[in-house]
Amino acid sequence: MTVNEIINPANLVYEKPKVMNDTPMHYCPGCSHGVVHKLIAEIIEEMDFQEKTIGIAPVGCAVFAYKYLDIDWQQAAHGRAPALATAVKRLLPDRLVFTYQGDGDLAAIGTAETIHAANRGENIAIIFINNGIYGMTGGQMAPTTLVGMKSSTSPNGRTVPLNGNPLDITKLLAQLDGTCYVTRQSVHTVGSVRKTKKAIRKAFENSMMNKGTSVVEVVSTCNSGWKLTPEASNDWMVENMFPAYPLGDLKDL
Amino acid sequence: MAKVKGAVVVNIERCKGCNLCVVACPSQVLELSIEANSKGYNFSTMVVPDSCVGCAACALVCPDACITVYKVRL
Ligand SMILES: Cc1ncc(C[n+]2csc(CCOP(=O)(O)OP(=O)(O)O)c2C)c(N)n1
Ligand code: SF4
Ligand code: SF4
Ligand code: SF4
Ligand SMILES: [Mg+2]
Repeated sequence: MTVNEIINPANLVYEKPKVMNDTPMHYCPGCSHGVVHKLIAEIIEEMDFQEKTIGIAPVGCAVFAYKYLDIDWQQAAHGRAPALATAVKRLLPDRLVFTYQGDGDLAAIGTAETIHAANRGENIAIIFINNGIYGMTGGQMAPTTLVGMKSSTSPNGRTVPLNGNPLDITKLLAQLDGTCYVTRQSVHTVGSVRKTKKAIRKAFENSMMNKGTSVVEVVSTCNSGWKLTPEASNDWMVENMFPAYPLGDLKDL
Repeated sequence: MAKVKGAVVVNIERCKGCNLCVVACPSQVLELSIEANSKGYNFSTMVVPDSCVGCAACALVCPDACITVYKVRL
């Protein structure tokens, strides 16, 4: 059978989800953000929720997320996504409401909003892209930057005496009574992509069942900020990020 | 034994040549082309189409949703 005979709609097994439009995404080649966008689009399509989903875009590289997924969006000031999501979900409780936030957004400037929304148990899903760096602004150190990790503001590597300890905010969120589901995943292999999809789907379903706040951290790469190829970034992430941010469920009520 | 055969179509203009699909393919079907797209990226292309099993590994890891996958049971 020739390639041209195989390429036939009847034999289709995978295509770009329709919720993701044709606008080219601005992310650097190989950036984890794209994979997670794609999963969110697939899930919304499978749940048939395109008309009922409101995403809250952050400040950070994902600030333009609203350009790529054809759902309703709000774009929050830096770190304020969980506060805005609180308002949106309370005003429109029949909608699926999620935030999409980087580690600088969620764990630095937005720490208060994140912790209080989760502690109140707002019925939202928080998708947390932890690439250990401020990607958008040129690779500055984030609270999540690893000890020894180089960034543009820790050129010789982060040290605890000077910069303090890395913040495992996901572990902290799991301690709060308002969270119902807290998990840490990744998107660097086929298996991990499938697991992350299941996790985000569960978080979305929890939001619709008013179970409280769900947090899905995706340990991610920022190959531009890390100054590695996409492939080498994945290897570096497995070797260095996973020991500090181990994958798996931290809470599942 | 049931045999499967697959094929992929890469959206060349959307591809950013990140190489992640090439690494993810268990059958070494893909490589980056010598040619570049209009943005200057060397796009992913099937170099050993006969080996494709339609597993969609390449498509799942692609950050830019460039790959469409087809599969038939022979
Ligand atoms: C109030 C305010 N302070 C600072 C900035 C500058 N700024 C833009 S993005 C960003 C950090 C983004 O890092 P992260 O949230 O980790 O997202 P990434 O780009 O890594 O995905 C900062 C500090 C801003 N836009 N607004
Ligand atoms: S700077 Fe980093 S996080 Fe931002 S698009 Fe590039 S690789 Fe992705
Ligand atoms: S579908 Fe599977 S075998 Fe075919 S090119 Fe993609 S990863 Fe390789
Ligand atoms: S993973 Fe996607 S963007 Fe990267 S080279 Fe392959 S087809 Fe192109
Ligand atoms: Mg970041």
